Amino acid sequence: MAHAAALHDEDVMLPPPGREPGAGVYNEKLGMWVFLGSEIMFFTALIGSYIILRVAHPTAWKAPGVVLAIPITAINTFLLICSSVTMVKAFAAVQGGNLSGLRKWLIATVLIGSTFVGVQVYEYQHLIAKGFVPSEGLYGSTFYTMTGFHGFHVTIGVICLIFVTWRAFQGRYSAKDYRGVEVIGLYWHFVDLVWIILFTIVYLI
Amino acid sequence: MEEAKHAPHPNYIAVFIALAVLTGIELFVAFLPWSQMTKILILIGLAVWKAVMVALYYMHLRFEPQRLRWLAVAPLPLAVILVFIVTREFRW
Repeated sequence: MAHAAALHDEDVMLPPPGREPGAGVYNEKLGMWVFLGSEIMFFTALIGSYIILRVAHPTAWKAPGVVLAIPITAINTFLLICSSVTMVKAFAAVQGGNLSGLRKWLIATVLIGSTFVGVQVYEYQHLIAKGFVPSEGLYGSTFYTMTGFHGFHVTIGVICLIFVTWRAFQGRYSAKDYRGVEVIGLYWHFVDLVWIILFTIVYLI
Repeated sequence: MEEAKHAPHPNYIAVFIALAVLTGIELFVAFLPWSQMTKILILIGLAVWKAVMVALYYMHLRFEPQRLRWLAVAPLPLAVILVFIVTREFRW
């Protein structure tokens, strides 16, 4: 009863304290982790299928750098790593009550994330102009499927980040309530993590 | 947000530098005149290392409650089972 009364007195919009049952985190964060669990399965299905097809048909793939442009993708990889550090800096800023820092780092993350998508579109145009299209065969179809789904995730992440940035400018986040920033941050870092695996498997091996 | 209050902020810039350096090593290894299997093992090892760093420090899994960490790693055995079962369909 005392616990219920204490909760009633608190702002219901604020995350509950960490003593609640379950995973020990607030609901939005738990929900994002459950979603990311499903995303792990999704990308594992793609990567697993890719590995199986590649091992079964080794001659269908070219050596690294022959078809795919490694330098431009390496730059894109670096950009995504940069965007992860700007995202986590935004999270650290809002946790510390530095709201101008939050806005600054969120804008940086949006810009870098958008650049990543732009570079990927440029890469696709470049590859298609060279005749490397999805219907080219196993190499082309698996490449565009994997990088395309990842690019789609990055695009969704950028759209969500723009929304979070807009809310940050409205003063919706504070050192007491930063759920939106943390949850989109988890998604963004996951997208970065997936790219780390994809870059190695698709481009370097 | 008590669980977040207790979570320390690691040195994010150091993690970033480590990720960038490991990416550089990957690019170097990819074009070495070594056997394909050696390069695959090294490159996948480096990629997993980088991915674990992102999960532990940027996604703060290292500082999360144990139950959430279990939730995060739970899909991985299922993913391995998925790949293993599908590979049974192939004969190479």
